[in-house]
Amino acid sequence: MNNSENRPAVKVNKLTRQFGDFYAVKEITFEVNKGEIFGFLGANGAGKSTAMRMLTGLLAPSSGEATVAGYDVYKEAEKIKKNIGYMSQRFSLYEDLTVLENIKFYGGIYGLSNQQIKQKSEELVEKLNLHEVSKSLLSGLPLGWKQKLAFSVALLHDPEIIFLDEPTGGVDPVTRRQFWKLIYEASDSGITVFVTTHYMDEAEYCNRISMMVAGEIAALGSPNELKKQYGVDSMDEVFVKIARPSN
Amino acid sequence: MRKIRFILEKEFRQIFRNRGMLPIIFVMPIVQLLILANAATFDIKNIKIIILDQDHSTFSKRLVSNVNASPYFALQEPSDNTEQAEAALKEEKSDMYVVIPPDFEKDLIKEQNADVQMIINAIDGSKAGLASAYFANLLANFNVEMASSYGLKSNAMLTSNSNSKSIAVTNSNWYNQFLNYKFYMVPGILVLLVTMIGAFLSSMNIVREKEIGTIEQLNVTPIKNYEFIIGKLLPFWLIGLFELGLGLTLAKIFYSIPIEGSLVIIFGFAGIYLLAVLGMGLLISTITETQQQSMFISWFFLVIFILLSGLFTAIENMPEWAQRITLFNPVRYFIEVTRMVMLKGAGFSAVKSQFVVMLTFAFCLNLLAILRYRKTAS
Repeated sequence: MNNSENRPAVKVNKLTRQFGDFYAVKEITFEVNKGEIFGFLGANGAGKSTAMRMLTGLLAPSSGEATVAGYDVYKEAEKIKKNIGYMSQRFSLYEDLTVLENIKFYGGIYGLSNQQIKQKSEELVEKLNLHEVSKSLLSGLPLGWKQKLAFSVALLHDPEIIFLDEPTGGVDPVTRRQFWKLIYEASDSGITVFVTTHYMDEAEYCNRISMMVAGEIAALGSPNELKKQYGVDSMDEVFVKIARPSN
Repeated sequence: MRKIRFILEKEFRQIFRNRGMLPIIFVMPIVQLLILANAATFDIKNIKIIILDQDHSTFSKRLVSNVNASPYFALQEPSDNTEQAEAALKEEKSDMYVVIPPDFEKDLIKEQNADVQMIINAIDGSKAGLASAYFANLLANFNVEMASSYGLKSNAMLTSNSNSKSIAVTNSNWYNQFLNYKFYMVPGILVLLVTMIGAFLSSMNIVREKEIGTIEQLNVTPIKNYEFIIGKLLPFWLIGLFELGLGLTLAKIFYSIPIEGSLVIIFGFAGIYLLAVLGMGLLISTITETQQQSMFISWFFLVIFILLSGLFTAIENMPEWAQRITLFNPVRYFIEVTRMVMLKGAGFSAVKSQFVVMLTFAFCLNLLAILRYRKTAS
């Protein structure tokens, strides 16, 4: 394990991804500190997901450097995968399996022992209060419950970093609040959270955020710093100023 | 390796929970075997026949009554002359007519040899071939009967002289002596069953994960390529073999189909064949994004494979170039092997070359598929 305490959780240097002549992500550079909630903001097509896909090993970068949990994205992708959790905007659990079966499957392919799977299942059901539906198929559960479950399943193997790709798309404000409570809990226990989102109120919850525009990082800092820098009161206005400079 | 167990457990749960899948696994073999094997028969009964008996002897009357008793022929009103018989042929009132010449009985007894003439409507070539074969068979039986009743020599004394109009008639090749077409079709249909399970279900299953987005989740886990592939394909390999067993059982119960050779050879070959077909399914899944696309591509190949497999048309009867294409058709080899082993009782040495070819197919298809299957998009 790479356990130097001072190493950043994610370190990216001039990371680039080209599709033909088009730069989806162009020379982005940033660091994410351990235990931080790092927000990745941007309009649709700004390159957020492409950047995240490169960091999680789903997409090969065209050039630049990046380490995740201390491992190189080019050479040590498999080691990265052991140390990260991932939850995508597309719902990622199996609808035709029950709550417990989903937990067992993902626990199993992350190499947890049967004992661990059993223990984690009980903890999870307890924490998310899923006693009554633990043996029901996921297809019958409300979206909010499923997303909370997906988040918890992504943390089953105690990863160092969790990547959340628009995790709260399509759920109501109350559920979103509950979801962010889970994120804070994870962050408190030392897990680094890397999250992309459209919701500007969620951006306020992050320790630091980066704004992407046309494949490049246009602004980076804590929400307060950014608001001060652009002389506005809310992240909403910051977003509008940066993402649509012509307006 | 432990991870494969978890994938298998998940796959089996999903397969048996899928309301579309269970009917395919259990109903498809029954429908294919019970309906298709009966419908796709070339076995023809009630061939309309007119007999011109110009001899009016005991022997000729005996022959006419034999024709009348045969389930394959429906004796029509006798004609007085060939013109009338030909007119009936033209008007589709009969399929064939047979002329028993005068002195038929005399020749048979004196010369130990006599001729009858068959004239068959050969627009439908295979039907005509069958009619001629059935009649020849009937004559052969008549020979034996007469020989035992009248002490005539039983060898080759009565020969038919077929005279098909304008279109040459080629007889089909028979693999079984009772002309039971089902014996010929059923092994082929079993192969179709196994092929469909292998090619359709496996590719659709993997593409489904792409459609619902779970494949991305799997790709960020430390799961290895081989673990994923084995976990995905092994269930269909087992289901394919189960399907073959079920099909063979049904064929035995309903058609009493002979299984002359060793079941070990059949299942051994099926195991390798399924590897090849599953490799193809995996390959299709790597180049398609939706279940519809994968269905369409699988279907495209399956139709070609089936038509060029020798199931309906004997490969020997195909044009040279088509015969060469069949060499690249895995279905062809499996049908060959099942027919040879089930009907002829062929041993391993007789089908060794097919084993070698199929192993090569399985190796190449899987290699290609594995090379194309990537967790990381480039």
